[in-house]
Amino acid sequence: MKCSRKWLNEFVDLPLNEVGDRAFAEAMSISGSKVEATEDLSTTMKNVKVGRVASIERHPDSDHMFVCQMDMGSGPLVQICTGAQNVQQGDLVPVALDGSLLPGGVEIKGKPLRGVESDGMLCSYKELGATAHDFPYAIENGILILQGDYQPGDDMAEKMGLDDHVVDFEITPNRPDCLCMIGLAREAAVTFSKELKLHEPSVQAKGEGNIADMASICIEDADLCPRYTARMVRNVKIAPSPEWMKERIRNAGMRPINNIVDITNYVMMEYGQPMHAFDFSCVRNGEIHVRRARAGESIRTLDGTERALTADMLCICDTEKPVAVAGVMGGENSEIVGDTAMVLFESACFNGPSVRRTATALGMRTDASSRFEKGLDSQNTLKAVERACELIEMLGAGEVVPGVLDVQPVPYQETVLPLEVEKINALLGTEIDAEAMKKILTDLGFTMEGNLIHVPSWRADVVHYSDVAEEIARFYGYNEIPVRFTGAISTCGGFSLEQQCERQIGEILRSLGLDEIITYSFISPSYYDKIRMPKDSPLRDSLKILNPLGEDTSIMRTSILPSMLEILTRNYNFRNKAAFLYEIGRIYLKRPDGLADEPKMVSIGMYGPEVDFFRMKGIVETLLSLVTGAHLRFVAERENPSYHPGRCAKVYVGDTCVGVFGQIHPAVGENYGVSAELYCAELSFDVLFDNRKSLPVYQPLPKFPSVSRDIAVTCRYDIPVGEMIECILANGGEFLKDCTVFDVYTGHHIAEGLKSVAFSLTMRSDDRTMTDEDAEATVNAALAALKHNFDASIR
Amino acid sequence: MKEMMEKLREASIKAILETEDVDSLENLRVKYLGKKGELTGILRQMGRLSAEERPQMGQLANRLREEIEEALEKRSQVLEAVRMEKKLLLETVDVTMPATDVRLGHKHPMYNVLDQIKDIFIGMGFEILDGNEVELADYNFTKLNIDEAHPSREWTDTFYFTEDSRILLRTQTSPMQVHAMETKSLPIRMIAPGRVYRKDEVDATHSPMFHQIEGMVIDKGVTMSDLKATLNLVVEKIYGEGTVTRFRPHHFPFTEPSAELDIRCHKCGGKGCPTCKGEGWIEVLGCGMVHPKVLAGCGIDPDVYSGWAFGMGLERLAMGEYKIADLRLIFENDERFLEQF
Repeated sequence: MKCSRKWLNEFVDLPLNEVGDRAFAEAMSISGSKVEATEDLSTTMKNVKVGRVASIERHPDSDHMFVCQMDMGSGPLVQICTGAQNVQQGDLVPVALDGSLLPGGVEIKGKPLRGVESDGMLCSYKELGATAHDFPYAIENGILILQGDYQPGDDMAEKMGLDDHVVDFEITPNRPDCLCMIGLAREAAVTFSKELKLHEPSVQAKGEGNIADMASICIEDADLCPRYTARMVRNVKIAPSPEWMKERIRNAGMRPINNIVDITNYVMMEYGQPMHAFDFSCVRNGEIHVRRARAGESIRTLDGTERALTADMLCICDTEKPVAVAGVMGGENSEIVGDTAMVLFESACFNGPSVRRTATALGMRTDASSRFEKGLDSQNTLKAVERACELIEMLGAGEVVPGVLDVQPVPYQETVLPLEVEKINALLGTEIDAEAMKKILTDLGFTMEGNLIHVPSWRADVVHYSDVAEEIARFYGYNEIPVRFTGAISTCGGFSLEQQCERQIGEILRSLGLDEIITYSFISPSYYDKIRMPKDSPLRDSLKILNPLGEDTSIMRTSILPSMLEILTRNYNFRNKAAFLYEIGRIYLKRPDGLADEPKMVSIGMYGPEVDFFRMKGIVETLLSLVTGAHLRFVAERENPSYHPGRCAKVYVGDTCVGVFGQIHPAVGENYGVSAELYCAELSFDVLFDNRKSLPVYQPLPKFPSVSRDIAVTCRYDIPVGEMIECILANGGEFLKDCTVFDVYTGHHIAEGLKSVAFSLTMRSDDRTMTDEDAEATVNAALAALKHNFDASIR
Repeated sequence: MKEMMEKLREASIKAILETEDVDSLENLRVKYLGKKGELTGILRQMGRLSAEERPQMGQLANRLREEIEEALEKRSQVLEAVRMEKKLLLETVDVTMPATDVRLGHKHPMYNVLDQIKDIFIGMGFEILDGNEVELADYNFTKLNIDEAHPSREWTDTFYFTEDSRILLRTQTSPMQVHAMETKSLPIRMIAPGRVYRKDEVDATHSPMFHQIEGMVIDKGVTMSDLKATLNLVVEKIYGEGTVTRFRPHHFPFTEPSAELDIRCHKCGGKGCPTCKGEGWIEVLGCGMVHPKVLAGCGIDPDVYSGWAFGMGLERLAMGEYKIADLRLIFENDERFLEQF
């Protein structure tokens, strides 16, 4: 919301030279009207003065340029060359002198033109940042020949109302009453403890007849239109508005058009009430019907677009057709044109959400609709239309017809609240007395009746004592509220076990060299094809966003894998040599009640020169061992279509599968356009957490030395070494503490289809030094078990 | 015999001093002192001596052995020192060569900031809550005093899963206020960080998914004074001691009174600069007293209990902290970016 400080001064005495922009912004912001920016308009145009063409002659060296001697009111004549053809001796024109600044940041410097000195530039209205509406008498492509009250030496910025400062406010949606000069003035008056000077509009309406005999209003859909007020003006004389009005409209960020349109905009900015002017001759039978659109109806709006209307859109209609989309835009069929004689001024109140939805559906958010959608004060319509008619009379733009049409289907209900001093102080932590509270409220326009607060109609946001507390706090000063802890802290706080486990996992993965990533929770359904998820997989049944931004972010992931692959691919495409990544992120699994289970997954992804299956296995193993402390089992997984069938494993803690890891299937890699080997792991956080290590109990350190023996056996090539180790550990007897593989060999001396596997056994007794016999017995037990289970024979 | 020993002394000492390597020195030891060495050779002739001469010669011989041994030892030390020096010289490395890669991973910069904030609140007796992102409109809006017609409910702003607008992706972490009030016993001190979703196209400052941190205190006798005291402390912890704050009235449907907390611009000290867009202040978070209607709606008697709440955006905080200019970097996860933190 842009606010002209010059205009504001009409209501509150806050001279620019007494209250600077910074001080103004600071004070208004901390009382609740946040200032986004301030602009000193006079700095946008500098040193542009009115000059009279004292003489003009052809440029000696050019067939289209002229050399003018300009009388600037005082001082010597200024010589300026121009290429314009419309300048004549005696004309008053704007002159950008040497060193001047024009809107848009253009600096003008004096310089010779074809060898003749030129100490500046004569300006067109466009160069002054103006439009044809500002200077309707000016020609479009030429120097602005000024008419009216201009004297040589006059400052153009001042003449155009640029001796003003504009403040841009951020108005919160609960305060639509502040979207106008009067509303802001009320806030400013209380903020600076100044008097608020309001003007009561008065209309003469001396002519004959009465609007009631000429027009009628029928609100058919009262739920969307709490009030409709109208007045009539006849013998309308469309003309440019006076300079003062144009200035204010311009400085508030709008464009002056003509007196009728400008008056509606001016009243909207002053009172916050959007208005519409109809050419009454186009309202068939003089009847205004406020109703929802009917099936098949359409309207060509003022912007020239034909728009189809739907049954939930409120329209202003005559007996036959819509003439305006209520609160959004008027129709071309009732537009004010040059020969309009009778104008009907509408000042109405429409249902906010309805206007917002209509404007959104039609794709045209207008100045009017953006106000209506916040819910306007129904008690403002009459005052606003009176003000418009007052301005009509003041500008001589027409004759106001006596009488007002004012329909309000449901009478206005005033909000009355008790002033709850103690509750308010208890909420704020203050000790403000009742009188101080009453003063603030009264200043803001609330009326006090004993201990009862009568809330003014424009403050529909105040319905509860906490709202009153905010009003008090705003002007008592948020920053005056004492800073103190009200009581002893009675809670302990801290991370939950789950959060501790999550932190631990993150720490381990980082210590293993992985960088943390954050990926979007939504993905494209096509990603399931990319990771070759089976067509009948239940995981394809994702939660679907009905109004996604795009296909790529349209479903909630049921697998964390596509997100990781996307990031690996991105790093690969950035030509990063390697990537080591992890994420602890949720997947979203549909529940029967329509919501989702959102389990967390530990996702790991890597590629690079030193990455292979066993590096990934090492990471998974280290992580799982540290978190669970349990014995892990790795089982080859050949069926997961996302992974290489020969380089993929499931990992188990006891009988519970924690997840899957391995090399990504080259066909998946191809789907992502990556030729490098990608390695990923998908582990369930919940399983990790459920199997987390209990508090370790100290084990006494061994008192006796351990003994180690190496054995080598030959067996079928396809027997998993892991299973052989399990077998040895299970059958080795009480002394066997550990078994590791140190060699797997095929080739020379080993028959086709067989392999040689060498194990190192570590043995120890807890209560004595081991004998050779003890060791022999262990080795023999291991060998016998290998023979029995795998038909493995000693080499 | 005495002469022979004298000759041996001279010859052996000279030879030892001239030796240049450990192996030759060892050869000399054998040559002079070994079982078949020269000194032994001389001693073998002791038999020929008279009984009076023998102990005398024996003494001389022993002294000679000691002297040779001493010379050998000294020379050995010298040669060992030289050998070590040569070895070390050969082992010299170029210390400016790159180190062996010891790779530690990095926490995502945004979670660095989040963890810092969690620690601050835990120190003040807060717990951390985690909630679902697929949420009921009831929790995301209705119970937070956001009426049916509120613009944020529009399908242009919020992602929905059902045609009746009942199930959605939460647009804020504030539904965690309601969950906490409904499930936790009083008093409550909690923060709830997490992902939230709004229908914004991706650009340098927008993302359809981003993170917020919600915080709430419900207890007897909690006032706006308490809110100010706590948040001032938090802001000082985040932005440094002596950070100047101001509380500015604002509007949120679920708090009343509501405020925004600004900090004085650290770049210009409040004079106004591009960082603070000339305002001298930087907006940090939104906060307010939990609306009594929200309390009552969650089954808490607003005449007995009161509370305050706040919400802040995590991305903007992290971007400010690390001077990250473009929000897209946060979710791009480029290794070259991640490795910087």
